[in-house]
Amino acid sequence: MLILHCPYCGVDADETDLHAGGEAHLKRQGPGSSDAQFEDYLFMRENPKGVHFERWRHVYGCGKWFLAARCTSTLEVFGTYSAQTTEPPQDIKDAISAKRPGWTWGNYS
Amino acid sequence: MSTRLADQGRLVNKNKAVSFTFNGKHLQGFEGDTLASALLANDQMLVGRSFKYHRPRGVVASWAEEPNGLINMGKGGTFEPNQRITTTELFEGLSATSQNHWPSLEFDVGAINAALSRFLPAGFYYKMFMYPRPFWKHVYEPFIRQSAGLGKAPKDRDADTYEHFNVHVDVLVVGGGIAGLAAAQAAGERGARVLLVEQTAHWGGRAAVDSPEIDGQPAAEWIKSTVQALEKMDNVAIRTRCMGAGVYDHGYALAYERLTDHAPEIDGPRHRLWRIRAKQIVTATGAIERPLSFAGNDIPGVLLASAVRDYVVNYGVSIGDRTVVVTNNDDAYRTAIILKQAGLDVPAIVDARAQAAGPLIDQARELGIRVELGKGIASVKGGKRVTGVGICTQAGEGAVLEEIACDCVAMSGGWSPVVHLWSHCGGKLIWDADQVMFRPDPERAPTGDKGQPFVATAGIANGHLFTAEVVGDGWAAGRAAAKAAGHMKKGGQAPLGHDVEEGPISPVWLMPQGAGQALRAKAWLDFQNDVKVSDVQLAAQEGFESVEHAKRYTTLGMATDQGKLSNINGLAVLSKSLNADIPDVGTTTFRPPYTPISMGAIAGAARGPMFQPVRKTPMSDWHNANGADNEPVGQWRRPYAYVRPGETVHDAVNREVKNTRENLGLLDASTLGKLIVKGPDAGKFLDMMYTNMMSTLPVGKCRYGLMCSENGFLMDDGVVVRMAEDTWLCHTTTGGAERIHAHMEDWLQCEWWDWKVYVANVTEQYAQIAVVGPNARKVLRKLGGMDVSAEALPFMQWAEGKIGDFDARVFRISFSGELSYEIAVPAGQGQAFWDALMAAGEEFGVMPYGTECLHILRAEKGFIMIGDETDGTVIPQDLNLQWALSKKKEDYLGKRAHERSHMADPNRWKLVGLETVDGSVLPDGAYAIADGTNENGQKNTQGRVTSTYYSANLDRGIAMGLVRNGPDRMGEVIEFNKVDGTTIAAKIIDPVFYDKDGEKQNV
Repeated sequence: MLILHCPYCGVDADETDLHAGGEAHLKRQGPGSSDAQFEDYLFMRENPKGVHFERWRHVYGCGKWFLAARCTSTLEVFGTYSAQTTEPPQDIKDAISAKRPGWTWGNYS
Repeated sequence: MSTRLADQGRLVNKNKAVSFTFNGKHLQGFEGDTLASALLANDQMLVGRSFKYHRPRGVVASWAEEPNGLINMGKGGTFEPNQRITTTELFEGLSATSQNHWPSLEFDVGAINAALSRFLPAGFYYKMFMYPRPFWKHVYEPFIRQSAGLGKAPKDRDADTYEHFNVHVDVLVVGGGIAGLAAAQAAGERGARVLLVEQTAHWGGRAAVDSPEIDGQPAAEWIKSTVQALEKMDNVAIRTRCMGAGVYDHGYALAYERLTDHAPEIDGPRHRLWRIRAKQIVTATGAIERPLSFAGNDIPGVLLASAVRDYVVNYGVSIGDRTVVVTNNDDAYRTAIILKQAGLDVPAIVDARAQAAGPLIDQARELGIRVELGKGIASVKGGKRVTGVGICTQAGEGAVLEEIACDCVAMSGGWSPVVHLWSHCGGKLIWDADQVMFRPDPERAPTGDKGQPFVATAGIANGHLFTAEVVGDGWAAGRAAAKAAGHMKKGGQAPLGHDVEEGPISPVWLMPQGAGQALRAKAWLDFQNDVKVSDVQLAAQEGFESVEHAKRYTTLGMATDQGKLSNINGLAVLSKSLNADIPDVGTTTFRPPYTPISMGAIAGAARGPMFQPVRKTPMSDWHNANGADNEPVGQWRRPYAYVRPGETVHDAVNREVKNTRENLGLLDASTLGKLIVKGPDAGKFLDMMYTNMMSTLPVGKCRYGLMCSENGFLMDDGVVVRMAEDTWLCHTTTGGAERIHAHMEDWLQCEWWDWKVYVANVTEQYAQIAVVGPNARKVLRKLGGMDVSAEALPFMQWAEGKIGDFDARVFRISFSGELSYEIAVPAGQGQAFWDALMAAGEEFGVMPYGTECLHILRAEKGFIMIGDETDGTVIPQDLNLQWALSKKKEDYLGKRAHERSHMADPNRWKLVGLETVDGSVLPDGAYAIADGTNENGQKNTQGRVTSTYYSANLDRGIAMGLVRNGPDRMGEVIEFNKVDGTTIAAKIIDPVFYDKDGEKQNV
C-alpha cells in the first residue's frame, strides 16, 4: 500500500486516502482532431516497467488532484507535484535522472 | 504407539487435565497441550485422509507447516473447517472432527483411489475431464465439486467478533525466537518504537527446545530475562499468538493476533488484524525442516525429526517406542539423543552421508546408538502406522540390506529458511549450495518509497543455523533497523551464543539416489495433495518446465500449507529432471498471508450495519414509521413503496401510481444530487460538461441536461437551474452526486485550471420534496405564501420564496408528466415541511410514493433513467436525445467521440416503446431474437429490454428497449426470449405511453 506526499496539504497519505486517476500529462484532443490523435488520447497509454507519471487525487483529504512520478517495478517515488502543469517540472526530472539515468517516458527524458 | 512420558514436557501443566472430543470420542490432555500433542498422547496418530487418494494421514510436523492434521472445529456459529491441530491450543470442551473421509476416518471408501493411483497421474484432471464435451457439465463438474475442498463450509453466521488495530512503528520485528528477541532489544535500546510479534504462545522458538548457551546461561534463562527486559521498555510492545501475515508496499504489514482461540471463555474479539506502518521490518521468522523423499514417507508415524523432538521436550509425548532417525545432516542427531535420554529406543540413525563426524555423532554413538553412514531408507512398512523400515545403500537403487522394526521414523532433509515475508514485497533469494537452502539476498531487499531497503532478515531466516550467528545477526539487524528509522542512541551489547560444532549437510533429493519408478511413485512430496516424486518428473517430461506451471499441473504446494514442506524438495526434483541447477529453476512466488487468516479478521468490525454508512434524508425516520419498504440506492435507503396493512408491496405500488396521477403524491427527492457551480467562467465550464448549451439559460429558468464522458457515453442527467448571473444549480441522479462532483473537480483542477469556477456539493444541505399530481397547486395554495400560479411560475422555471412558513426554492419540473413542483427547503425544515404537506394534502388525497412508482410514472412518459436505459455503452443518439446535443457549441465532453465511426453507425440499437401483444409484462433484460445464429451457435439478437413495468394506469405491461433501427420499425412485432426457453411477442411503438402531448404537466 503506497504512501504518497500530497503537495497541496503536505500530508503523507496512505493509498486508501487516495484515488488513482491513471496516466498523467495526457493532451486532450477535441473536435477537429484526427481519428488517430483521438484514439491515442482516449486509449493509448504508456504502461511502462519503470519510470511512470500518474494522476492521484487526495480524495479523503484536501480533495486536490496531484501528479506523481514513480517506478512501477520498485514503487520508488521520485516526487509528487502540482497537477496544474503540462509537463513534469525540471526538479522532478532531475530527481528521476539521479536515480534512473537515461530514463525516457513518452516525449520526456 | 505414541504416549505421554512420565517426565519431560516444558509447556504442559500435568496437574491440570483438559477434556476434549475427537470424532465424538472423549479424550484428555493437559493444559498447555496443542490438539496435536493431546491426540498423540492418546495414541491417535491417524488424523485425516489425503485429498486425492484418501491415504491415511498422521501428524508430520509440530507447527504451521503441518499438512495433514486438519480438522473441523466447533459447531453452529463457531464452526470452522481446516484448522491445524498443531497450532490449535487445547481448551476445556474443545470439539474436533476429522475431514475428507466417508464413512469414517478408519475406514474410508475413497481410499479406492489409492489403488487406482496409476490411473490418476499428474495433470489427471486436465487429461481426464476434457472429453466428451457434454460430460463436463453433467458428470465431471458435479463430481469434482463434490470431492473438491477439504472440510465443509460453515452454514451459520459467524458468532464471534473481530477487530482491527492501526499502528505506526519504527521497527516491526516478526518472530519471537532468539534472533527476534535480540533484534527487538537492540532496536529498543536505540530508542526506536518497536513492535515484536510471535505466532506461537511462547517465546524463544527452536532455541527454547534445543537450549544452546547464550551469554553463559542456558537459552531458556536468556529468553526469560530478555522478555522481561523488553516488557519493561516503554517504547517496545510485544505480542504472542500474533503472526506476521504479510509485508506490503512502503512498509505496510499485517499481523494476525488470535486472542481467544485458546480460551473461548474470554470475552472480546476473537481475532485482531494489526494494520501496521513500519519504517523498517526485521523478519526473524526461523526455518522449517524439510522431509526426505523415500518410498512410504507418508505413512503415519513418519515425522520431521525436529517435530519428534518438539513433542518430547515441549509436551512430554513420545511418537513411538522405537524411532529410526533418517537424515542428511547433524541436527537430526539431536532427536536421537533426546529420545535415547528419555529412555526410548533408537535402533538406528540412517545417515545418507558417506562420511559424518563431530560431537553430535560422537555423543549418539556414546549413548549406544547404531549409526549407519551412506545408507538410506528403501521403503517404509505399515499401513495406518509405521511397523518398520528397509535399509539400503543411498548410492544404490534400493535393494534392501536389512529390515528394522520401528513405530516411528524421524526424518530430516535439512532446513529451509522461512523467506515468505522477505519475499512478499520483492525481496530476492540466493541459493546457498553449502547449506543447501534458499536464503535472502541482502543485496536485493524489498525497497520503500525512497528506494531504501525496508526489510531486513535475521537469524535462521537469514541462513544462519548456529546460535552465535543467530543472536548476533538478530542484534545487528535490530540496531541497523533502528538506525535506518532515525534512532541512534548508543549502548547495549550483543548477546553471545555458543554452539556445538556441526559437520556439513549433503543434499539428498531422492532416497535412495537411484530409486526406480516403483519407489518414486511412493515417495511423497506433498502429503496433503498427494504429489509424489514421479508426478513432478512426469510433469517435466510432458514439458511443464517452468516451476509455476509444474506446480499447477501437479498441484504441488497448492494445499492449505502452501508448500511449506514440499516446495523446495519438489523444485529440486524438477531441476534434476530438467538437468538444470536449482537456482535456475527458481521458486514459486511467495504470497501473503503466511498461513491462512480468518475472513472475520479481514472484515474486522465492518459487518452488518457497520459494513458501510447508511445515508438518511431528513424524512427517513418518517418513511420507516409509515410502512416504507426500502431499497438501496447508492448508500441511501429509499422507500420503494409505502406498504399499508393488508397490502402487498405490489398492491402499494399500484395504489401509489394511480393516486399520483389522479390526486396528489409526495416524493422524497432529497437524495438527488445538488451541485452549485459558481464563478465568472461557470457558464463556459457547464457548456463543456453538458451536451446542451447551459451558458445561455436565462436566470430563473430550468433546463434538462445530459452529461457524457469523454468517450461519448451517457454518464448522468438532470435538471440545471440558472440561479443568478454567475451561479447554476446542477441536479444529478441519486447515485451520481459524488461521482459527478469529482468529475467536475477533475476537469477544473487538471485541464481548465485557469477557469474561475467553484463547485460545491450541497446535496445534504436541502430536503427536496416533489409535490406531484393534479392537486399539487391546490395544496401549495392552501399552505400559502408565494405565487405558484401557471402565470407566475410556468413549467421549467423556478422561484425562491415562502411556502407557508418555509424558506423554499420551488422548481416547476416534472419527472412524472404531471403538474409537479419540486421544492427544496433547508434540511432542518424538511420533516416539518413534509408534515405540513401531508396535513394540508389530506383533503386532496395526498399519499407519499416510493421509487417504484417514480419509475413507472417516468416510464409511462418514456423518460429515460440513467442505469436502466444506459449502461456505459449507450450514447444520447441511441435514446433519440439528439435534441439535447448542442450544434452551436464548438466543443463539449463527448462531442469528438460521437464522430467516431461506431458511434455514428446507423445500425445502432435505439430506444423504442414495447407493448406485449398479450398485455403481459416483458421480462427485464430479455433479448429480442433475430434470424440465424452466431459462430457459437447462439441465436442472433437485435435488441433488449431496458425498463419494464406493469402500469396500473394503463392496466397492461409497458416497456422500453433498445432495438436495431427501432424507430424505423414502428408497428413491427418482434420476439423476446424468456428464461424458460419460450418467447414473448411485443410490438414496437412510440415510448411515450401516456399523455403524448404533455398536457397534464403544463397546466
